[in-house]
This record gives sequence, structure tokens and C-alpha cells, in this order.
Amino acid sequence: MSFRHHVIEKNVVLLAILTLVTISIGGLVQIIPLFAVESTIERVKGMRPYSPLELMGRNIYVREGCYLCHSQQVRPFKDEVERYGHYSLAAESIYDRPFQWGSKRTGPDLARVGGKYSNDWHVEHLNDPRALVPESIMPGYRFLSQRPLKAADVADHLKALRVVGVPYTDEMVANAAADLAAQADPDADPDGLLRHYPKAVVAKFNAGNPALTEMDALVAYLQMLGTLVRFTELSPADLRQ
Amino acid sequence: MSVVARNAGPSAGSRPDYVDDVTRAFMVMAVFWGVVGFTVGLVIALQMVFPALNLDREWTTFGRLRPLHTSAVIFAFGGTALIGSSLHIVQRTCRARLFGGAPLGWFVFLGYQFFILVAATGYLLGITQSKEYAEPEWYADIWLAIVWVAYLVAFMGTILKREEPHIYVANWFLLGFILTIAVLHLVNNTSIPVSPFGAKSYSAYAGVQDAMIQWWYGHNAVGFFLTAGFLGMMYYVIPKQAGRPVYSYRLSIVHFWALVFLYIWAGPHHLHFTALPDWAQTLGMVFSIMLWMPSWGGMINGIMTLAGAWDRLRTDAGLRFSVTAVGFYGMSTFEGPVMSIKAVNALSHYTDWTIGHVHSGALGWVGFIVFGTLYYLVPVLWGRERLYSQRLVAWHFWIATLGIVLYITAMWVSGIMQGLMWRAYDELGFLQYSFVETVVAMRPFYAIRALGGLLYVAGSLVMAYNLWRTMRGEAADEAPRAPAMAAARA
Repeated sequence: MSFRHHVIEKNVVLLAILTLVTISIGGLVQIIPLFAVESTIERVKGMRPYSPLELMGRNIYVREGCYLCHSQQVRPFKDEVERYGHYSLAAESIYDRPFQWGSKRTGPDLARVGGKYSNDWHVEHLNDPRALVPESIMPGYRFLSQRPLKAADVADHLKALRVVGVPYTDEMVANAAADLAAQADPDADPDGLLRHYPKAVVAKFNAGNPALTEMDALVAYLQMLGTLVRFTELSPADLRQ
Repeated sequence: MSVVARNAGPSAGSRPDYVDDVTRAFMVMAVFWGVVGFTVGLVIALQMVFPALNLDREWTTFGRLRPLHTSAVIFAFGGTALIGSSLHIVQRTCRARLFGGAPLGWFVFLGYQFFILVAATGYLLGITQSKEYAEPEWYADIWLAIVWVAYLVAFMGTILKREEPHIYVANWFLLGFILTIAVLHLVNNTSIPVSPFGAKSYSAYAGVQDAMIQWWYGHNAVGFFLTAGFLGMMYYVIPKQAGRPVYSYRLSIVHFWALVFLYIWAGPHHLHFTALPDWAQTLGMVFSIMLWMPSWGGMINGIMTLAGAWDRLRTDAGLRFSVTAVGFYGMSTFEGPVMSIKAVNALSHYTDWTIGHVHSGALGWVGFIVFGTLYYLVPVLWGRERLYSQRLVAWHFWIATLGIVLYITAMWVSGIMQGLMWRAYDELGFLQYSFVETVVAMRPFYAIRALGGLLYVAGSLVMAYNLWRTMRGEAADEAPRAPAMAAARA
């Protein structure tokens, strides 16, 4: 060969450097613009960071590997929009660290499951899926209903997220534990919680257990999925990427 | 080149004092992790047929076992076989003792096995980043990075002190694998721990950027771990088994550079029709289709190496695994580009078709190339004349092949069926099927898939038995297969 490939074959440092250069190009071209181009994220109203209880619920969703069977990404197809709702926007996962779009639908998409079923339905379904859907192949998660939620360090979670750029204010961090308790207690004053986290659903989600359980947190998370963006205030131009 | 001659040893003078006990340990653990990983796969396949098998205990649900299965087969079985054989290959093809000697080799071995243990027990306890194929949390990631640097030093150091003038082609692929995995691992796993004493961390990236970076990682874990690394294995083992040099030297140069350049672009095909901007999806699709060419370059080079030595397939059942592996490689790398076309992906994505595609690559290509390598390397490393039994190798081959065929055909049917059911409308213009109706329809195919998996596990047990007897220096009393020419004369 005229360009003397054997020079590379005899010099491992050169081979390594050329390999690194070759593999870097594609990644740089695809990844850097996603951070740099402002239109990557649609211009929509309503998104806010997760409330402390929702965040704890999301961590349980991650821990149990729910994303392995449930996607959170509605594609812009007629059948999916009819089945699940408006197709998913990039703006809807700006606070998702990591993202939970999933890659497989052994069960249905959950991007817009919030508000579609009652809290009791979710609790019962998670406890024993086949009691409500006899053909379901989902595992049962009754242990979530019995286990108290460990959330003493919830403020630390908010602080860690703030380091990577989630806009939790000092007030939100200071009130993390109070907001967490308030969301699962219908008798508490929800004003602070709702000021920090508009549209947060307040309920004793797991009505069968007086203690604050992991089930409460998980259902709080499920009930807010896909409910934040105000789609009625959108124009097509806002959605252009 | 001397490296491709059968029983290549130093033509004259002293044989370097190769570090072989580390490689032997890697081979033993590769067999062990293979059996474990395949068995966990069978368990979760059965859970999808009989959901009661989830036991509704937190440590036994599908959601916790599935990462255990994928990590056990990719990183424990595949990784252990790959690192172990690469340390063998780099020493033999460079005619040099491993850089850092036995201590560095043992550090890489023990360090990697420790990483596997930490990651696997973590999954059962629910410790996961939820990034597919990058589930281990930050502390395990840091430990793996340290082990990986040691591995790179041992590998590159050996090449630097080589006695051969050229760096053999297998080592280009292995070096590409080691370097690229290091880059992918460090970028994708960047995260902030909640506390230095806790397992939980949050990704440095969010949403659409996180998705892009994850699948840039995820697809190139396929491209560089499961492809480039095992192509390095292929480029050493098939010439050895066939006793022939690599078919085309020029083709290996062209397809090496094309492969490492193109693969890295293909990640976005995992994100078609998502919120990832269209330009990125289109780039991912176009490069995935182009990737077909260098992939088949590797397949042609592997299979055509047998030119003039096809008769060895009759007498060396281990070679059958290696060559069939390359066939499956060619098939998966054709199916992959097809599935990356957006119109096809609209149907296939989120369905079992993807699972079938992954397994034709994992069971057919990665599994079989490792089995072929084990059947070649174990007698060499343990200094045995031959394997305990060629007949058991042939049994393993046919049981496992049948298992793969059942697996991937079941997943094709189930995946395409589910994709079509999701988008079906009745005559009144309503969605025809509820979601759970698709779940019911898939059940028979999940049972067939589990049967395929059972066969694959059974085959791996036959291999473990055969290799164990070989290590002990035993040989079954069986008549050698007649060579092809003798058969033709008869």
C-alpha cells in the first residue's frame, strides 16, 4: 500500500493515538451539539424538579429495575398517541438523572401514567398485579407496602442534584424533610409543598399502612409522570427542535 | 508470519517464560461465569412464562435479576474469556513475557473478579445506576477503572517489548477494545454520589443528553467489547485452528479502521422516534447502515481463512464453533443495520425482536467464538495432547445451535407480532388490542424461548464437563474421525 500502513503496525503508541482519534470523532459530533444547541430542549412551561417524596419514589423505581420492562417515551405515532397520550418531549426529562426512557415494553409505557389510575389501584396492582390484571406477568411488590421509607438523608439527595445543575433552592433543601412528610399527609398544610412543587399530588397513597412506606413514595412518583407540561399553552413553534 | 503457523513456537532459541497460570485461571472462571450467566438467563426467561417464579421477594424479581443476567454473560463470562485470551494472544504473538509478569497479571485477574462480585451482589440488593450495561454504582466504576488501567499497561507493555517486528492484527482489535471501553466507561459513568459512604449517585447528565451518552456507550459496548474484542480473538484462534494464515491482510487493515470509525456513530439508532433531535437519529441510522460493510469484511476474512482447510471442520469440532460464530456474526451485523432503518425500527423497537437480535449476536457470535477458543486454548494451556472428547464437543455444538435457533425464531415471531398488534386498528377505527392482549399472545413464544435457553445451558454443562476432564489430563476412548481424504477414498 502506498501510504505505508506498516509504520502504524510497528509503533503501538502511534496505533493507540490514531485509534483514539478515530473513535472520538463520532461521539463528539453527536454529543457536544446536544449541550450547545438551544433548540434541543423544547420551550414549554410547567416543568419543575421532583418533589422530595417523588424523588424517593423515583429512586425506588430505579432500584427495582422498572425501566427494564416499562418505557417512559411515547413515540409520535398515531397508535401510541392514542394509547398513551401526547408524544414525549425532551423538555419532560430535563430533571431525569439518569433518564428512564427504557428500551423494552414488556409492560405498557409509563411516560403519562400519572392520574390515569387511582392511588388505591396502583397500590393494589403493585401488591398483587394478577389480582387486578389476571393475565399480567409483572412481579408483585408487596414488600414496598410494608417497608418504611428511609428518607432521613433526603436533603443530601437534593444537594447532590443541585451540584449537577438541578435548580433546587436553599429553601427547598431546608424544607426537604417537611415537604416529603407533607405530601403523604392530607391533614398537613400543603402550602409550602405546592409553592415549591406546583401540581404535586398530596395523599396518603398507601392507605393500608399508617406508616410512611416505600409504596407511598413510588405511587407519588407514578402519579406525577407526564402531568407537568401545560400542553394547552403550546404552539407548534415551541416544539421545534 | 510465524504467529499463524500451527504450534507456533520460537523457531530457534529460547521460548519466553510466558505467564500462563493467570490465563488458566481466567479460562476456568470464564466457564464458571458462562454457566452462571446462562442459568440466570434461563430463570428470568421462565419468569416471563410463569410470573409466580418472581417469588415476590425483592432479591428475586425480574427487575433485579435481569441486570445480573446481562452483566454475568457480557462482563463476567465474555469479559473474563476476553481478557484471559487477550493475555495469551499478546504474549504469543509478540513472543514476549507479559509486561509486569505474574503479579500484574494476577492483579488484573483478581481485580476484575472482585469487580464482578461487587457488581453482582449489588444488583441483588437493588444497587444500580439503571443505565443498561453500565449498572454498577460509582465505587464499583472507580475500581473497574483502576483494574482497566492495569490491564492496558500489561497489554501495551507486552507489545512494546515484543520480539516480532509487526503488531499482529488481533492485537489492533484488542487494543482498540481496551482503549475505547476505557473512554466509554469514564464518560458514561460520570456521576455525583449523594454521600461518600453511600451507594447512591446521580448522573452528571440529564434527559436527552443522558440518553444520547448512554446509548453512545451502550452501542459501543456492543461494538468494542462484544465485537472488536472478540474479533481479536477470532483473528488469533481461527488461523490457529485452521492452520492457515489470515485470508486477506489488506482487508483486515481496511475493515479495522472502518469499523472503529463507523461504530461510534451508531448509538442513536437506539433512540429512534424519541425526543432525541432528528438530525442525531438520522446520523445514527446512516452510519449503522454503513457499518454493515466493515462488519462483513471481518466475517469474510474469518470464514475465508478456512480456504484450503475446510476438511478440518470434520475433525476439529472446536473449529465448528469458531466458524459458526463468524456466520452468526455476519447474520447479526446484517440484521442490525436493517433494524436501524427508522421505518423498520418503528415496528421493532421496544419489542422482543431486539431481544432476539441481541441473542443471535450474544449466543451465536460471542458465545460460540468463546467456546471455540476454550476448546482450542484449554489443551494448549494445560499441555494436553487433545481434548477429553471430540464427540462431546459435537454434542455441545448441536444442542447449543438448536437452542439458538429456537430462541431467535421465537423472538422474531413474538416481537413482530407484538409490534403489529400495538398498531392494529379495527374496522371502526379503534385500537384493536389492549396492551395485555399482546402479553397473552406472546406467552407460547416465551415458553419456546425458555426451551432454547435450557438447551444452551445444557450445552454449556457438557462443555464444562469436557474441559474439566481435559484439564485433568484424561482422554476418552473414542475412535478419531476419519480425515476427509480417507473418507473420500473409501
